[in-house]
Amino acid sequence: MNRSRQSKRKAAEKEIEVLLEVGCEEIPAGMLPKAEEDLRANLGKLLAAENLSDGVTVETFGAPRRLVAHLRGLREKQADVVHEVTGPPKSVAYDAVGEPTRAALSFAEKQGLALKDLYIVTNPKGEYLAAQQVKRGRTAEQILAEMLPRAIHDLSWPRSMTWTGMDGARFIRPIRWIVAVVNGKPLPFSFAGVTAGDLTLGHRFLGKGPLRVRDFRDYERKLKANGVVVRPAERREKISKELAAHGKRGAYRVHEDAELLKLVTYLNECPSVLEGDFDPSFLALPDEILITVMRGHQKYFAVERRGGEVAPHFLAVINLPKDPKGLVRAGHERVLRARLADAQFFWESDQKCRLADYLPKLERVTYESRLGSYRDKVERVRAMARWLSEQWFNSGLLQAHVAEADRAAELSKCDLATEMVREFTELQGIVGGLYARAQGEPDDVADAIYDHYRPVGLEDPIPRNLTGCAVALGDKFDSIVGCFAVGLLPTGSSDPYALRRAALGIVKIILERKLPVSLSLAVGAAAKALLTNAPKRGVPPEQEAQALAFLLDRAKFVLREREKFSYDEVNAVFRAGVEDLMDAEKRLVALKAIRKSKNFEPLAVSFKRIRNILEKSDFKKEEVRAIQPDLFESGAERELFSAVRAAATKVQAEKRAGKYQEALEVIAGLRKAVDDFFEQVMVMAEKEAVRRNRLALLSEILREFTTIADFSELGGEERK
Amino acid sequence: MTAKVKLEKKPTGLNFQDLVLKLSHFWTKQGCVLQQPYDVEVGAGTMHPETFLRVLGPAAYRVAYAQPSRRPADGRYGENPNRLYKHTQFQVILKPSPGDVQDLYLESLGAMGITLKEHDIRFEEDNWESPTLGAWGIGWQVLLDGLEITQFTYFQQSGGIDLDPISVELTYGLERICAFLQGVSSVYDLRWSRDKTYGQIRLAEEQQFSEYSFNRSDAQAIRAEFELHEKQAQELLDGFATTEGQVRARYPLLPAYDHCLKCSNLFNLLDARGVISTTERAALMARVRMVACRTAAGYLEQIGGPTVRREVRG
Repeated sequence: MNRSRQSKRKAAEKEIEVLLEVGCEEIPAGMLPKAEEDLRANLGKLLAAENLSDGVTVETFGAPRRLVAHLRGLREKQADVVHEVTGPPKSVAYDAVGEPTRAALSFAEKQGLALKDLYIVTNPKGEYLAAQQVKRGRTAEQILAEMLPRAIHDLSWPRSMTWTGMDGARFIRPIRWIVAVVNGKPLPFSFAGVTAGDLTLGHRFLGKGPLRVRDFRDYERKLKANGVVVRPAERREKISKELAAHGKRGAYRVHEDAELLKLVTYLNECPSVLEGDFDPSFLALPDEILITVMRGHQKYFAVERRGGEVAPHFLAVINLPKDPKGLVRAGHERVLRARLADAQFFWESDQKCRLADYLPKLERVTYESRLGSYRDKVERVRAMARWLSEQWFNSGLLQAHVAEADRAAELSKCDLATEMVREFTELQGIVGGLYARAQGEPDDVADAIYDHYRPVGLEDPIPRNLTGCAVALGDKFDSIVGCFAVGLLPTGSSDPYALRRAALGIVKIILERKLPVSLSLAVGAAAKALLTNAPKRGVPPEQEAQALAFLLDRAKFVLREREKFSYDEVNAVFRAGVEDLMDAEKRLVALKAIRKSKNFEPLAVSFKRIRNILEKSDFKKEEVRAIQPDLFESGAERELFSAVRAAATKVQAEKRAGKYQEALEVIAGLRKAVDDFFEQVMVMAEKEAVRRNRLALLSEILREFTTIADFSELGGEERK
Repeated sequence: MTAKVKLEKKPTGLNFQDLVLKLSHFWTKQGCVLQQPYDVEVGAGTMHPETFLRVLGPAAYRVAYAQPSRRPADGRYGENPNRLYKHTQFQVILKPSPGDVQDLYLESLGAMGITLKEHDIRFEEDNWESPTLGAWGIGWQVLLDGLEITQFTYFQQSGGIDLDPISVELTYGLERICAFLQGVSSVYDLRWSRDKTYGQIRLAEEQQFSEYSFNRSDAQAIRAEFELHEKQAQELLDGFATTEGQVRARYPLLPAYDHCLKCSNLFNLLDARGVISTTERAALMARVRMVACRTAAGYLEQIGGPTVRREVRG
């Protein structure tokens, strides 16, 4: 009936285009990429909820003064939805002679239909009176008028504001205009006291008055003519090209900085790159400081000579197409000169006293109220760094120097009290290292101070020398154990003392530098340092255990993410017990290799079976019972027993020699004996003594052969 | 000496005092009351009661004034060309915030002689917060060719109280802007008037106050003064709470606020002297904030504003 007419009309329906622009006072550049994503997601969700998302393309773009969405391929109207309403049973709706009853009449009335339009349906409960209702689809325009303001409203921002008063709208910055054009026609709706229309504004200084726009193409073209490049990708491309062109012309290399590039892309509506110079006398400052001054405050790209040293130029991205009079360049140069003069002042005044002279000042810098000042932390880090170096030296790492680790740890936090770090906090550690070197500390010590906050992420390099590793590990172990001791555990989103990063750093340093470190002993040493130095706080065993578990958990993460071991392999090795991460990694390598052999997976299945049997039995987990060979009843049982005993001796020898793969191969060789056993022997025998003896045998297998990896963890789901 | 050399060339850019005049003129034309600097030491123009208290309550208000602002820890003995113990802010409050406030602001730059199209002017995210005043706002720092020239803030809270309506606060850094206009690289070379430089007028003050606040101030005496001012403020505020009837309208809350400002400045002096630890720092700031917030709440009651509404900041 009218359904077929509907579908014909739908085929003839033209697709419609929507342009939405939220015109704002300058939106923070760092928030724009997420806002673009959120707006796209909001629109997608709202379209889907209206059954309108099929075949629709949603693109969103952000620039400082605008958040833009472009929708294409939208249907003009929602499809009508036909649905059936069931009324009273036939037996109630019609009387004995087939005349409609009151019930039938009132159902028809309620449905707004004549009696003749009703019909009988048969469903599992019987025959019923029914009516067909058509829910008319609304037009896209009707829907958009509700949906667009909703999509804007639902954007979430890190910190919103109001610009009128407490009952006013909230957004990231004041909304000053809204463009909503549907197929060339403005779609008026109101949001935040602004009525949407078809007028937009161009660049703040290059744009000419309000611009009337018909559609997205028209909008993009008119904005370009008025100083705004709408698409971030296009702006980024333009900046990259110009940076490269400057580099070519000046025969220097632009200091790579993907994050800065992203930031300036979203800071400018009409970006162009300007080159400026600074006085080469400032090159006496270390490159790290020059780059930080240029990048941090001024958002300039530093440039480097071929040898990698900073050249006395900078590249600034400005929000103008050109600077014909050189005024902008002169301004930026003057600002940078002042900034560099400040840095030079700090560099000189900080060094009027030696780094060690800042130690007493650290007493006034609190680390955490219950864990004391940084001065206190320094003593704990020293103790840890000494302890680690000693351990390493004793285990044969002869380049481990206790005295140097102690000195580097002592000076590691001094720069926190310098003016340079107070001004450029991101240079902590680096400044200390630079000062130490300038003041004649040994290179080893200076580099260790410089590096000791590293690594700050999975990709960041670890400290370049062993002394730096000792200080970095000492600092991080102290942070983790100290914070766990006062209950500052990281939660889902909050980790104010960056403990996850610290744990990750510990794991990365140990694995990359291949350091022998017993995690439990190190946690114990950190706890001891906390007790013997200020704040002289004891760490209860549960909290030590908690800190250790936290570290192991991070280690599992690193081994999966960075070393690409699978979930079950990592779980199998950690379930077997991990003390030393180097050892754990060796076991993982062996496990990964042996897994490919044909005997291994079936054996793993058998191990799982053994564990299940034991868990269901009355056998206690750690129980050891002597096996009595005279209670064996079948050959398979005896064979397994002798195979197990023979393998156990070999496995222990191979393990002692660190030959994990060989040990695993021996274990894999047990497959036949295990299979035969399960085929021929009924473990849960009637006779208790026999049953217990069999369980004892299985338990020995688990005990002896799951010390490298617990195979019963293998297989199953690959990812959790 | 340097000043003389400069004077022989044709001077460019506004004199420091003319900059104050231009801005005053511009903003009075926009309906601002032209106020004078507050006569108690403050660290920022925001602390002037014409901002801190006027933004509270429903009444519309527009005000502009220059405010010398003391930041003892920023002193550099007059040796650093850009950092000052005391700098001058030009402060504008527009309550409620007008819809075209950014355009108005940019016009004011034009009034100083800046051709907007020839410069790289941008608004970069910078939210302002004063933990000692329990005040914060959302906004930007305005950059002119990379130079921070103004803090532009939509005030959200003052004295811990959600504002309704919202005021806009514009804080111009006059020394920086003037150095830009005159094209000089040291603040001390600025022409203040036709024949006097900034250095001639202010250098001795920078030297002496830096020496005082870093090396010679008596920390113990300052601590004692802090306690005294805090006590007087608290006593006045306690008194207001128990005062009823008509005397309430004339009750001295404004003097309580003066004591609060004193505390804030004394705290800054202690900080510059380097005698407070991080923990104590937070504790002292909380004490000043407590007085500021109580004053704000009392003030709102006194002017008969609506009952204080607090909301979690979003």
